Amino acid sequence: MLLASVEYARPRSVDEALSLLAANPNGRALAGGQTLVNVMKARIAAPELLVDLNAIPGLREIRETDEGLELGPMVTYTQLARSEEVIRTRPILAEVAAQIADVQVRNRGTLGGNLCSNDPTNHLPPVLVAVGATMTVAGAAGTRTVPAEEFFLGVYLTAVGSGELLTGISVPQRQAGDGFASVTIGADGTCIANAAASMNGGVRVALGCVAATPVLIEVPSADEESVRSAVADAELDPPSDIHAPAAYRRQLAGVLAGRAVRQASGAA
Amino acid sequence: MSEPVAQKTISVEVNGTTYEREVEARRLLVHFIRDDLDLTGTHVGCDTGNCGACSVIVGGTLLKSCMMLAIQADGASIETVEGLAVDGELKPLQQAFGDHHALQCGYCTPGMLMSAKALLDENPEPTEGEIRRAIQGNICRCTGYVNIVEAIAAAAEAGS
Ligand SMILES: Cc1cc2nc3c(=O)[nH]c(=O)nc-3n(C[C@H](O)[C@H](O)[C@H](O)COP(=O)(O)OP(=O)(O)OC[C@H]3O[C@@H](n4cnc5c(N)ncnc54)[C@H](O)[C@@H]3O)c2cc1C
Repeated sequence: MLLASVEYARPRSVDEALSLLAANPNGRALAGGQTLVNVMKARIAAPELLVDLNAIPGLREIRETDEGLELGPMVTYTQLARSEEVIRTRPILAEVAAQIADVQVRNRGTLGGNLCSNDPTNHLPPVLVAVGATMTVAGAAGTRTVPAEEFFLGVYLTAVGSGELLTGISVPQRQAGDGFASVTIGADGTCIANAAASMNGGVRVALGCVAATPVLIEVPSADEESVRSAVADAELDPPSDIHAPAAYRRQLAGVLAGRAVRQASGAA
Repeated sequence: MSEPVAQKTISVEVNGTTYEREVEARRLLVHFIRDDLDLTGTHVGCDTGNCGACSVIVGGTLLKSCMMLAIQADGASIETVEGLAVDGELKPLQQAFGDHHALQCGYCTPGMLMSAKALLDENPEPTEGEIRRAIQGNICRCTGYVNIVEAIAAAAEAGS
């Protein structure tokens, strides 16, 4: 399939990228292209300008700090899966990144693209909510930080507004364990339902695929029954589609939350 | 400041040969390789990023060329299936595909070979599990994969 005509720019700095976006309200950031190029083929999106973030130095960095991890938005899934810093500090990110799609998609797809596209079936949004990450968003008016639980606003919709860029993801040090569980269409395929969990005094569980954005549930204790009843109390209203009816997704949400918490509490 | 462009003359090295061509910004890398360079070994299968028939290696990275723009490859060095054989002599990996009946219709084979090459370049002695994971992004509707896995294992053993 051919794309509609589009202009292309390859800025060398975030400031340059922001001014390109400011000058063209119909411009779009291009990260790994593993979603954007396909939606352009299908003519679901028809930006006038692609602002390629691939040549901006620094956006692919992974840094370990006293507080945790500083991740650039252009860090690929392959990088996440292999990074010693990530494996040391917050291994769940590496573990989940390694489950996304296939080698080729992992080589190109980026952390920032996964979060900004906020497809409700994506792997990473629930994980970032569960671990309590903070996003840095840059725009003409400067930069601001947004907690992960306020970052995802709707299907394909995030706190990154038009003319803005996600420029950094801060992941705090691990206090205790993290976990992730999913049921997918085929090995490492698209999620039918998923759950991420993080232990930090209480238990934070973020459920994916059951609403437009990850559903955050705080559970007082890690025992299976508390987790199941907390998920039941959330009165989820998941979508039905060819892969699963709503009732099955609701059932899976409880089961997967239990598995993710079991991993996070070191029992799995 | 990098100005937006609608087309650009790009220079890429493909299998050791340098090509300069003017491309529109919207041109997909796979169309550039097939239609502008006439290297039709790289196939378009699903055109949605799922099937892997368009897999090539760009700057050492295995990727699906239907999800990258040609203009993004400016200055890059690209390996396609045509670069595997030397002077018409099949590489052991290719020969292993024939010997092990790892293809039937052959449509997925160029992408499958590039994924196998990327694997063996990095991990010359893969386990069966590693081979299966390495070709997860390549769909074959003829073989059921068993013979493909055997061919890659045999090529690894032969040190290709
Ligand atoms: C075959 C296949 C299978 C897949 N399976 C899965 C799966 O199982 N799980 C999963 O999670 N994903 C899956 N994906 C999607 C994949 O992970 C995409 O890579 C991801 O959704 C988008 O990341 P990207 O870097 O490719 O972004 P792009 O496609 O380049 O961009 C996506 C969107 O985000 C915006 N954007 C990107 N970066 C920024 C930024 N820094 N600031 C502001 N906006 C930005 C873009 O403008 C665009 O609107 C699959 C994709 C394919 C092709």
